[in-house]
Amino acid sequence: MTRYLSARDLDWSLLLITLALCGIGILQIFSATLDSPLYHSAWWRQILYVAGGLLLMWLALAVDYHTLLHYVPTFYIISVAALAVTYVVGQTASGARRWIPLGGGLHLQVSEFVKLMIILLVARYLAEIKTETLEIREMTILSSLVLVPTLLVLKQPDLGTSLTYIAILMVGAFLAGLRRKYVVVIAVVTMLVLPVGWYSLKDFQRARLVSFLDPDRDPQGTGYQLIQSQIAVGAGGMFGKGVTKGTQTQLRFLPVSQKDFIFAALAEEHGFVGVVIVLSLFFVMIMRIVQNAQTAPDPVGMYICMGVASLLLFHVVVNVGMVAGLMPVTGIPLPFMSAGGSSIWSSFLALGLVNNVRLRRFVN
Amino acid sequence: MILPPIDPNLESQVLHKPPLRDDNRQVAGKIAIFQYATVIAFVFLISGFWRLQVQNPQFYDERALANSVKSQPMAAPRGRILDRDGRVIVDNHSSFRLLLTRENLNEAHLAPIALGLDLDLADLQAKVRRYRTRPKYDPIVLKEVVTPADLSFVDSHRDFFPELLLTQDYKRAYPQNGMMAHVIGYTGEISEQELDMPEFAKYDPGTVIGKFGIERQYNDTLAGVDGQRQVVVDRLGQVRQVLKTKPATPGKDLALTIDLDLQAVAELAMDGRNGAVVALDPRTGEVLAMVSRPAFDLNKFAEHIKAADWKAITDNPDHPMLNRAIQAQLAPGSTFKPIMALAGLETGTIDMNWTVHCSGGATFYGGYHKCWQKGGHGTLSLHNAIVHSCDVFFYTLGDKMGINPIAYYANLVGFGHPSGIDLPNEASGIVPSPEWKLRNYREKWWAGETISVAIGQGALTVTPLQLARAIGGIAVGGTWHHPHLVRELDATEKPDQWPLDPDHVKDVIDGMYGVVNEGGTGGYAALKGIEVCGKTGTAQVASADFAKQKGGVDMTDNAWFVGFAPRSAPEIVVVALFDHGREGYLAAPIVRDVMKAYFDKKARIEALRQQQASLTARLSEAVHLGLPGPDSSAWQPHN
Repeated sequence: MTRYLSARDLDWSLLLITLALCGIGILQIFSATLDSPLYHSAWWRQILYVAGGLLLMWLALAVDYHTLLHYVPTFYIISVAALAVTYVVGQTASGARRWIPLGGGLHLQVSEFVKLMIILLVARYLAEIKTETLEIREMTILSSLVLVPTLLVLKQPDLGTSLTYIAILMVGAFLAGLRRKYVVVIAVVTMLVLPVGWYSLKDFQRARLVSFLDPDRDPQGTGYQLIQSQIAVGAGGMFGKGVTKGTQTQLRFLPVSQKDFIFAALAEEHGFVGVVIVLSLFFVMIMRIVQNAQTAPDPVGMYICMGVASLLLFHVVVNVGMVAGLMPVTGIPLPFMSAGGSSIWSSFLALGLVNNVRLRRFVN
Repeated sequence: MILPPIDPNLESQVLHKPPLRDDNRQVAGKIAIFQYATVIAFVFLISGFWRLQVQNPQFYDERALANSVKSQPMAAPRGRILDRDGRVIVDNHSSFRLLLTRENLNEAHLAPIALGLDLDLADLQAKVRRYRTRPKYDPIVLKEVVTPADLSFVDSHRDFFPELLLTQDYKRAYPQNGMMAHVIGYTGEISEQELDMPEFAKYDPGTVIGKFGIERQYNDTLAGVDGQRQVVVDRLGQVRQVLKTKPATPGKDLALTIDLDLQAVAELAMDGRNGAVVALDPRTGEVLAMVSRPAFDLNKFAEHIKAADWKAITDNPDHPMLNRAIQAQLAPGSTFKPIMALAGLETGTIDMNWTVHCSGGATFYGGYHKCWQKGGHGTLSLHNAIVHSCDVFFYTLGDKMGINPIAYYANLVGFGHPSGIDLPNEASGIVPSPEWKLRNYREKWWAGETISVAIGQGALTVTPLQLARAIGGIAVGGTWHHPHLVRELDATEKPDQWPLDPDHVKDVIDGMYGVVNEGGTGGYAALKGIEVCGKTGTAQVASADFAKQKGGVDMTDNAWFVGFAPRSAPEIVVVALFDHGREGYLAAPIVRDVMKAYFDKKARIEALRQQQASLTARLSEAVHLGLPGPDSSAWQPHN
């Protein structure tokens, strides 16, 4: 049987939205790093990252996703090993070991790529269950599998990224028909574990959660980012201050305005109008991916697409919510927009998975 | 578009796997729920931005502005203080203050900062802890004066330690070794009490004002108006843009009447001794020199004075902060005798032929009063009584005249009330009289007290400045100018005048000339080629009140000398005072040295002027003859 794959079958509108977001991101990085010598080439590097991301996306859709699923155990072992290596030799940045140095000033954030493995793992495991509902036994096994890399990332410590793994697992379990009583059980167990979790958090993470509830408690310390971000957003007003005109961004009151807080810089310089446009693009992007899930040729393809959709939704809600002061500071990037290669590449790889499923929807 | 090749192993893998469930319908409902959740999540996000950006953007706009736009004060330099020839006495030097801002303080930086700036780390940490309760924008002053080494450290570590902030400032550069300390005074931050005074009502807390001496008296002239600039700063406090500048207005320079040449001579002469020297121009009231010793180092006040230094000054039993020239109230002793003589002549009580026999002492009202000359002076008239400072003569004169004329003439020459010099806290001295005694002690005046007052003892006290003014006023024939330190006051000052009989004045002056030149008590003050007149004085400190007050401190006599010159047209009057003057005989030479400096300088200037005049004359002659010569405009003698 000959397989027929056509370029027409790529999700062109999804790609267009993605490139639009990347373009806005590059513009914003350019503006945010205009006069800081440290990042003078950040916007230019971002263009290279996006180009590299497109290449990775192409690779990710080249191999049939069933083949990728076949290698999930291998990926799993590699992921856990890489996370362990990160923990040992990782570069320390703001108290966390998240990066493996690659030489030439480049660093690889392993946890960003482990997300994709989690998506495939959850998809394969859930697709192989034949029952109508997800029983406690399967749920326990799957949770345990996900928990190992999650704990390794949490230990770096990187609360935000480790929570994305949980988000993928939860959405998957929900779609697989997790029984309502188990949902209750999980909720109760979470409540019980929460105090223990509180004590296992690092000081700075605890301080971030406290300052989310009361940012003015320590306006120069842990509350600083939240307050400055809200000032930037609020000062933007309806139409914004204009590109390179935002004082919060340009005078560096806004922390890491080209990375985690890029959306605050955007909100300051482009105002509410810019915010609505970018959020609409993200909304359409997620809905497009959900549509691809609906038209997936098989459940495993559906799970893959939904995994990507839930990953992006979690990122957008947590990052943008943090910028607007609706969420605590967890330090996860905004996909396709925040400066940084690891985030861009893992996001494009995730898009590649969605297209991989889409390209093969007419098979059989 | 080239698509990747298809995986060749695909067929076999799919065949070996169990068939996957291919019915997606049962999850469709759950996907719909996910979609609804997504919609809700985005509405939630957008509502958050609506609240911040559309509902009250002004609030955040203002906060963004407050973040970046700051007002920085620009210090205005104080005016300089110059001497009468325009020589600089007090200057400013531009300096930097190093501050540690606490808004962006990283406590981990304290150790390297302390190391780099040579500060004690424990001290610094303690300071930071102490400041915890203060508002964050209050910076900590790390160094009042920044050395070049500090400066290069701060400059090269700007990016690492954004909390270090240099601000420009002006510091006063005062003369060394306490020279003119009491006249100049010092500046300091306005205190709580001063803020309540009407004099300083217009100043804000934190302002630097004059606290003492000229610095205080002429604070309004000397103080500039600080400027301000509005700047845009980034998070590190670096100035990115200057929005508005209101330039600082520097304070005005102040020209004093002090002549540094005379001042230096007087200062050197008084070095290591306690006392005062005052030199006045009796024709104008200009103060040419004013010294008070012991002094204190003004430069310790130029920066914030250290507690230990302050304690050392205030605990000193010799009271270095006291300006003896205007604040020491002491019995004038025999220097009062010329005034007694004038009073006697003016009231017609005596004439030049009236004589008294001195046998070394005399009894008045049951008390025996000694003359300082044990063997007595024999019979003498007024002239010799002044020359030899005979006590018995003046006892007798005082007894004959009574207290009221004495008090009248003492008041006339300026005793008993401040001279009006432009310095803060001048003392008035005391001229005793029956009225004064009744008012202050509710007691009757005893005639015996008049006898003590007649030789400048008893309750009579004067300041060195008052004495200089009194004798100077008599010397110029009855015009007592108000002493002042600023030349501008020459024009507006209104002297006290009294129509003294010129003959009486001449008689007194002749007596004082004799003191110096006719083998009198003031021979040390004689100056070759200049007719110096003067009067010595040795005043007992041990008046009853004073002894009690001092509790038996040093009770040695104070030594005075007052002199003026030249005899016919006095230009300078000088008073020297030694506290507890064991070296009392040195008072006259000091007056002589100051006068010598004055007349030497005058002669030098005159010689220079003549030289220039003759040069000008020769030059114009040469030009007139058409001889080649230098450009005449370059040869203008300057005055």
